[in-house]
Amino acid sequence: MLYYLTKRLGLSAVVIGLVVLVLFSLLHFIPGDPATIALGPRATEEAIARYAEKMHLNEPVWRQFLIYIGNALTGDLGLDVFSDRPVTAIIMERICFTLALVGAGMGWAMLLGIPLGCLAAVKPNSWLDRVTGVLSVGTIAVPSFLVSIWALLIFAVQLRWLPAIGAGEPGQIGDQLMHLILPAFAIGLSWVGYLARMVRASMLEVMGENYIRSARAFGLQPRRVIFGYALRVAILPTITLIGMGFGGMISSTVFAEIIFARPGLGKLIFDAVMARNFPIVQGAVLVATGLYILVVLFSDILIAWFDPRVRESL
Amino acid sequence: MSENRSEPVTGIPAVDASGLPDHVTETEIRESAARERREKLRSFLTNWQGLTGLILVTAFFASAIFASWLAPYDPNALDVPARLSGPTLDHLAGTDQLGRDTLSRILYGGRVALKIAAIGVSVALTIGLTLGMIAGFGPRWLDSLLLLIFDTVRSFPTIVLALATVALTGPSLTVVLAIVIITSIPQYARVARTATLTLRNTDFILAERSLGASMTRTLLHHVMPNVVGPLLILAAMDVPVVVTVEAGLSFLGLGVTPPTASWGTILNEGYLVIRDAPWMVIAGGIPLILTTLGFTFLGEALRDIFDPRMGKGR
Repeated sequence: MLYYLTKRLGLSAVVIGLVVLVLFSLLHFIPGDPATIALGPRATEEAIARYAEKMHLNEPVWRQFLIYIGNALTGDLGLDVFSDRPVTAIIMERICFTLALVGAGMGWAMLLGIPLGCLAAVKPNSWLDRVTGVLSVGTIAVPSFLVSIWALLIFAVQLRWLPAIGAGEPGQIGDQLMHLILPAFAIGLSWVGYLARMVRASMLEVMGENYIRSARAFGLQPRRVIFGYALRVAILPTITLIGMGFGGMISSTVFAEIIFARPGLGKLIFDAVMARNFPIVQGAVLVATGLYILVVLFSDILIAWFDPRVRESL
Repeated sequence: MSENRSEPVTGIPAVDASGLPDHVTETEIRESAARERREKLRSFLTNWQGLTGLILVTAFFASAIFASWLAPYDPNALDVPARLSGPTLDHLAGTDQLGRDTLSRILYGGRVALKIAAIGVSVALTIGLTLGMIAGFGPRWLDSLLLLIFDTVRSFPTIVLALATVALTGPSLTVVLAIVIITSIPQYARVARTATLTLRNTDFILAERSLGASMTRTLLHHVMPNVVGPLLILAAMDVPVVVTVEAGLSFLGLGVTPPTASWGTILNEGYLVIRDAPWMVIAGGIPLILTTLGFTFLGEALRDIFDPRMGKGR
C-alpha cells in the first residue's frame, strides 16, 4: 500500500508540474512583452516598468519559472491585473460556489443513478431495466450545456419556479439552495445515465458469482445480498468512473456557471479569458486542474484500499 | 519475444491461428461466414436503437451536405423588419435578432458540425491508432511514456484547456479542431494499444516476424486490420463528443467567429434573447440532440453486435 501510495503521489506531482510548466509558458509563448499584454496597449511606460519589476520580468526565464513555482507553493499566485488584489484571495471567494455545485450535481446523480442501476440489474429485462436503459443513453447523449439552457428556459423564464441567475443572497441558505437547483440538475443529469449503466453492468457481473449464490442459498434476505455483498464489489468500477469523469464535470460546471451567471471558478476563468486577465487565468486554471488531479488521486487510493489486486498492479 | 504482458482484453477477439478440422472445406467456411454476416445485418436491422441511429445519422449527413439546396434563405441574409419573429410559414423556425432565418442557419450550422466531426475524428483516429500500435509493439519504456502522456492529456478538463488556449490565440475553428483532436487521441490509442498487446505474441505475428518482416510491414499489414474495427465503433461514439465540444465552444464565443452559423452560435444568440424569443434556443438545440443521439444509438448498436465485450459488459 505504501509503495502504491508513493508511486501514485509521485505521478500526480509530475502531472501538476507539467500543468504549471504549460501555464507558465502561456505568457511566454505569445509574441510581445508580457507586461504590455497584461496591462493593455494604453499602459504608460512607467506602469509597464513597475509591473515588470513587480513580476520579476527582467529576470531570465528560468528564474521567473522558479519564482512562480516558489510563490505558487506558498499560496501566492500573483495579483489581479485590474483590482490589484491577490489572485489566491479571489479564487478562494469563488471556489465554494463551484464545490457546492459539483457536490450537489454529483450527489443527486448518485442518489438516483446507483439505486436505478442496482434495480435494473436485479431484474434484467424488466420494464424498469428497459426504461433505465433508454434513459441512460438519452441522458448521456444530451450535452449538459443544452440541458442548462433548456432548464433555464423552462423553469426560470417560462414557469418562473426558480431563479435564473446568480448564486443567491449571501448568508441566506434557502435562497442559495434555490439558486443551486437548476445548475445542479443540469450538470448531474447525464451522470444519472452514466452511473445507472455502469452500476448495472458491474452488478450483473457480480450477481453471477458463486459467493452471491452461496449467500442466497444460505437464505440471506435478498436486500442484504444485493446491498451488503454485491453492490460493495460492483461499486468499484463506478468509483473509478466518477474520478475519471470529474474532468468532464468541471467542463460542464464551467458552462452551467456561465449560463446561470453563478460566480464560481469556471465563470472566473471565462471572464478572465475574455478580459485577457492572465494572472487570473493562470491561477484559476492551476487550481481547477489541481482540484481535478486531487479527486482522481483520491478515487484511485479509495479503489486500492478496497481492492488489493489494484494495489499490486501498479 | 517470450515476454508476456498480461492486460485485460477489451478489444477484438483473440485471433485463433490453430488449424481447422480436416473435414471442414473452404466453401463451408465461406458459407458460414456469409451466414454470420447476414445474421449480423438482420440483428442490426431489427434493433430499433441501431435503426433510429442510422436514420438520424443519415439525416445529419444529408442535411449538412445539401444545406444549400434545403435552406429556404441565405443563412446570413438580413431581414430586419422580420427580426425576432416567431415560427411562421415564412420562417419555420423563426428569425434571430438580425432577422436571419434560423432554419437556414441551422442547416448551414450542420456543415460546421460535419466538418469538425469528419476532420477531428479521422485525424484523431489515425494518430491514435499509430501511437497505440507503437505503444503496444514497441519497447516497454516507450509504452510507459506514451501511457503517461495519454493519461495526462485525457485527465485534463477539456473546456479549461480550451479556455486557456483561446485566451492566447483568440477564437477560431482551427483551435477547436486542435483541441478536439488532442483530447480524443488518448482513447483511440488506448484501445489500439490493448488490442496490439494481445496480438503481439500470437502465432501469425510471430511467424511474420520470423520471416523477417519489418516492424512497419507487420504493423500495417497484419496488426492494423485486426485493430481498426473497434476503433471505428469508438469513432461513431466519439462524434457526439466532438460535435458537442464544437457547439459548446462556439456557444461561449470561443469557436467559429460570426457571422458563420454554427449550432453553438445560434444557441448563444438565442440565449441572449431567451426571454423574448425562446424558440431560438429550442430550434438550435434540437439538431444537436438529434445528432448526438443518432451517433450514440448507432455506435452502441454496432458495438453490441460486433464487439459485445467492449464497454457495458453484456
